[in-house]
Amino acid sequence: MQLEDLNIEFHALAGAIPAWRAQIGADRLQPVCAQVRESGGRLLALWGSDERANGQGFALHVALATHPGLLMLSLALDANQPAYPDISAIFPPAERMQRAAYDMLGLCAKDAVDQRKWIRHGCWPEGQFPLRKEFDFTQKMATGLDAYPFIPVLGDGVHEIPVGPVHAGTIEPGHFRFSIVGERVLRLEERLGYKHKGIEKLAETMDALQGAKLAGRVSGDATCAYAWAYAMALESMTGVTPPPRALLLRALLLERERIHNHLGDLGYLGNDVALSFGFAQFWILKEDVLRANGALFGHRYLMDRIIPGGVACDLPPQGKARLLAETEKLEQEIGTLRAIYDEHAGLQDRFLTTGRVSPDRAAKLGLTGLPGRASGQAWDLRAQYPCAPYNELDVRMATHRNGDVAARAIVRVEEVLESLRLTRLILDKLTEGPLTAPVPSAPAGAYGIGMVEGWRGEVLIGLQVGADNRIARMHPHDPSWQNWPVLEHAVIGNIVPDFPLINKSFNLSYTGQDL
Amino acid sequence: MYQILKQILKTGIKTEPHPVADDALRTAAQGLQAEILHVFGQALSIRHVDAGSCNGCELEIHALNNPYYNIEGLGIKFTASPRHADMLLVTGPVAKHMEVALKRTFDATPEPKFVVAIGDCGCTGGIFGESYASCGRVSNVIPVDVAVPGCPPTPIAIMQGILAAISAR
Ligand code: SF4
Repeated sequence: MQLEDLNIEFHALAGAIPAWRAQIGADRLQPVCAQVRESGGRLLALWGSDERANGQGFALHVALATHPGLLMLSLALDANQPAYPDISAIFPPAERMQRAAYDMLGLCAKDAVDQRKWIRHGCWPEGQFPLRKEFDFTQKMATGLDAYPFIPVLGDGVHEIPVGPVHAGTIEPGHFRFSIVGERVLRLEERLGYKHKGIEKLAETMDALQGAKLAGRVSGDATCAYAWAYAMALESMTGVTPPPRALLLRALLLERERIHNHLGDLGYLGNDVALSFGFAQFWILKEDVLRANGALFGHRYLMDRIIPGGVACDLPPQGKARLLAETEKLEQEIGTLRAIYDEHAGLQDRFLTTGRVSPDRAAKLGLTGLPGRASGQAWDLRAQYPCAPYNELDVRMATHRNGDVAARAIVRVEEVLESLRLTRLILDKLTEGPLTAPVPSAPAGAYGIGMVEGWRGEVLIGLQVGADNRIARMHPHDPSWQNWPVLEHAVIGNIVPDFPLINKSFNLSYTGQDL
Repeated sequence: MYQILKQILKTGIKTEPHPVADDALRTAAQGLQAEILHVFGQALSIRHVDAGSCNGCELEIHALNNPYYNIEGLGIKFTASPRHADMLLVTGPVAKHMEVALKRTFDATPEPKFVVAIGDCGCTGGIFGESYASCGRVSNVIPVDVAVPGCPPTPIAIMQGILAAISAR
């Protein structure tokens, strides 16, 4: 698809990734989405903003991934009755995003089938909308209980298992409602939103530089991806290009984040099928990476190391040798452990065909990121829209077609190995130079987008800045938005005891979607 | 099997010496008696509750179980139910949507019990503070014995906090 095919007047957004923006009328939303969908495009994110202070109404923002780049569509909505046409029939992942846009701002997706609340539980009453400007961030309201109409499954022998929000393991809170017959799952319905802590509204009390720290805490395990996406958004609106050394270091940090998360997941996947050997081994490797992070960059998870304009840390002189030695050791150890996982009959028996999402279904439902690639969705921003320094690194994307737990494990192994290869390339290219470029105040009304391939998938930040460099709207988007609904499909027909394994193989963020 | 055994032998024992309690982390004078210590003996069961964290603190709680820190070697293990727990390890600012769940988990935990709040968010509300959606620090919702700052606190600091809660002064 070419942009011209859409017959819309786009203007290019400056910045590290190819992106265009256009204002469209409400009547054009569905046809444009359908056209993008037909040509293989995807919905990345959907959110709203309150523009009434600028003498307008509300706005709806829709981010689409297409072959040439990112398309940002904005719709002006009425101040009194903000409504827009439903696009969840075209892009299924839109459904929960639309429900959230209602809960947070009162924007209504006309004719959408599911109009239930999503993010709102009992902490603010119906008819109030936290992201409207008149809503006071600090107000304290009595917490009501959450009455949520789950969809019942009826029939002989069907019963329900409610799980959560407090789970049995050390994981984030959410509620899972299983309808089962015997041991088999007929249906899973998720209820999320427990971790909603007002991140988007909080951002509106900050200035554009402070927002970076908050962005890095939307989902702590992907802090580098969020911090980079935020920096990219701010840099795109202020016309800043970070120096080459800073960009290489950012990529180094982002790949280290991918490595430690994948190693941890590979260990837990072994643990979940009673191979605690795998847990012990992979977590030794993970801890070694974290310790090197602490020693070289000053933070085990690299929080606040990527900042607008560049990076807040440098690779110390002894660092290169240490990282090269670590890379070699990891390659060897992962080779050994991979062979053990491959040949372990008990593990393979649990992994193979479990929690399968076929490529066809993945494409229909918009599965993205790592689970997407394990189901044949060849999509990795580092390869698709390679921003500097990835444009010089030639990332080799890992994909698989089986879409089961085994495929998601294999993609993780291959991505770690690729990240190690990239680490070598980055270290090789790293030359001396400055670490930051000054970031001026953004012009009032500026609009920027940042997008980074984190270890889970693409992390997107939409940013609008008002007067005095204050944040007018910040929308962080986690790939978990797309993938949570697909998890409901992945468990159908599986046995209940395999749910923890399937869930772990997706390893989605709760906080990243609850905000 | 041979490969697994070979790898285990090659890896050896990675567990490091355990840290000692950090008394400075106690938030209040605990009425800690020998009796309570006697009840727990050498074994402690912990129920972790994520009340609204950014999930950064969870990463370090996971790390407690890795071979380097090997918290089970201290007789401390994580349990699936609050009814089996002696201690709640609570992370995050308490999201309003988790307030009821946290209170109920606390009520379901049998006496005597300890609560350790983890991370800057658990200690003060951290960057998220108090708002329409956040109750802020853990002690705004349930009583807290020990609070461990850090964003996130290191596994060693978390262990010191846990030990501070259960060791007599
Ligand atoms: S203390 Fe830091 S790491 Fe822990 S939940 Fe808060 S922001 Fe996240």
